[in-house]
Amino acid sequence: MSRPEPEPAPLRWESGLEIQPVYTAGDVERSGGTDGVGEPGEFPYTRGIHRHMYRTRPWTMRQYSGFGTAAETHERFLYLIKQGNTGLNVAFDLPTQCGLDSDDPLARGEIGRVGMAVDTLADIEEAFADIDLDRITVSMTINGSAVVLMAMYFAMARKRGYELSKLRGNAQNDILKEFIGRGTWIFPVRESVRLVGDTIEFCAEHAPKYSPVSVCGYHIRESGATPAQEMAYGLSIACAYLEHALERGLPADPCAAGLTFNFDIFGDLWEQVAKFRAGRRLWAKLLRERYGVSDPRALKLRMIAGGGGGGLTIQQPHNNIVRGAYYAMTSALSGTQTMALCSYDEAYTIPSEHAATLSLRTMQILATEIGLCDTVDPLAGSWFVETTTNQMEKLILEQMEELGEQGGIIEAVASGQVQAAVNRQAYERERRVQSGEIEKVGVNCFTHQEEEQEVDFHPYREEEARKQLVRLAAIKEERDGRAVEARLGEVLAAAAEGRNTMPAIIDAVEAYATVGEVVGRLRDVFGGYREPVSF
Amino acid sequence: MRDRPIRVLIAKPGLDGHDVGAKVLCRALRDAGMEVIYTGLRQSPKAIAAATLQEDARVLGLSVLSGAHLPLCRRIGELLEEQGGLSGLLWLVGGNIPRRDLPALEALGVRGVFPTGSHFDEIVAFIEREAPQ
Repeated sequence: MSRPEPEPAPLRWESGLEIQPVYTAGDVERSGGTDGVGEPGEFPYTRGIHRHMYRTRPWTMRQYSGFGTAAETHERFLYLIKQGNTGLNVAFDLPTQCGLDSDDPLARGEIGRVGMAVDTLADIEEAFADIDLDRITVSMTINGSAVVLMAMYFAMARKRGYELSKLRGNAQNDILKEFIGRGTWIFPVRESVRLVGDTIEFCAEHAPKYSPVSVCGYHIRESGATPAQEMAYGLSIACAYLEHALERGLPADPCAAGLTFNFDIFGDLWEQVAKFRAGRRLWAKLLRERYGVSDPRALKLRMIAGGGGGGLTIQQPHNNIVRGAYYAMTSALSGTQTMALCSYDEAYTIPSEHAATLSLRTMQILATEIGLCDTVDPLAGSWFVETTTNQMEKLILEQMEELGEQGGIIEAVASGQVQAAVNRQAYERERRVQSGEIEKVGVNCFTHQEEEQEVDFHPYREEEARKQLVRLAAIKEERDGRAVEARLGEVLAAAAEGRNTMPAIIDAVEAYATVGEVVGRLRDVFGGYREPVSF
Repeated sequence: MRDRPIRVLIAKPGLDGHDVGAKVLCRALRDAGMEVIYTGLRQSPKAIAAATLQEDARVLGLSVLSGAHLPLCRRIGELLEEQGGLSGLLWLVGGNIPRRDLPALEALGVRGVFPTGSHFDEIVAFIEREAPQ
């Protein structure tokens, strides 16, 4: 007599969907059918935003890098390009991200530590010297002070003879997520959104190929949100920026086209795939139905994915190399445009050269040896994937509607509601990891008594910090102080009078006004942000 | 047995904005019956030292993930010394802390280092055992 097969234990994805052991054609029909799948490169882009996806061009490989001074960062950039990176993803140090100059007392010990130190246009000029900005697209991970760094990038490009109307690239510049996680805010919530609006407006009018905002579900997920919430919060934030632009009387199409996305990848592979396929479809539908957007470039959800620092572990750090390879695979199966794969040492430091190169090689192996570029959206038509894509879309939309009922994402961030909700989940998740309920290899299962190895931390070099201070002092000495003051006065006036601040900021940085000086004038008008402290 | 709950101040010094660890620990300590005060982001060493005194905290926990823990702790240590020393205070540090920095932190008066991934239970037990009355 054969024993009956045991029933599998119930399974739920982090987002809450219940996962069946087996899916059939009937499940797809019950979940909404396949009418919304469509063709790749066509509305609603469920299968990807390009007709041939990786068959004609693999994803852009853009590792996050930058440290110390502009000179050192420049050298690293040249090395990365030589290794086959097709884009640059610039890391800035914390003083630059918080709008402080290197000579600010709060910058002590932080100059060049987690990214490149930038005080004036001279630093940006040096970092990108001799790099062909037509061939290498530059992405800047900058938020609170993005308006200043973008102004510097545009000023540098213009000086070198590039036309802004043709310049490509993007800035992260998603301030709403900084209030939820990551924390490099400077100004109060609404004033911060206004500055994002200034960059959207400026780019729509003068630099239409430059993407001024990369909305980050990534950091919200890292702060404790589920994959469905990550997409729901991300799309809600994107809608908030777009609505702000519309309130200014700007046309929807070019403003929507300026919005790109940055998403997280760690967790269940299939859940990520469903999240991205559903997210692309929902975004295209929302833009068309709610905002009347019709430009295909705007309707396509363009994204960077591949990072997932939250999934990496300090224990048995080499396991992170394996995790990284699966994250890259997940990301390719999800139809990403750009990958910035997290490096194995990213759980504890900015990536070493060795780790960053390994990540790049991982992506190159996937693109060349494994067949991930063979065909478009290879998972399409799977009963499981199409069912969960439909279910995820419903779930994301429900969560967006819930946020809308709370007064919208800007209100929910300003009041601290989002932060509190996400933090509560982070706590619950951490407890479940610590209890072993959520299994993590090398952490709570398959552990072994490892000889505790010392990991390589990126060293802090006082010498480089000193160089930056000397350089800043010299520039302050050499520049035309009166012109700087006058142009900073214009920044203040533009901010106070509600005009777009970008033109005045570009003028100011061209005269070598510092990041701290420009931010200081804006702070004079907007005030600083007071964090609603809760846990 | 203690006659009143242990008062803990959790602080984020410097410019590092990664606060998930600090916040989840605050909850864990509160769930363990402690009184927890969280400073929020971007606190100067001065503000942290002052808050420790004002809040009458018995435990000070700093969370640093940027790698700037040594310069920050050096400065905070000086300020704590100036305002009466470390005898009535249990000083802890958490975050991305390499093992080779442990002796330097201990020399400054840090009594416990809990790197990212440390268990709540372990931290709670350490505080309950070591916190001054």
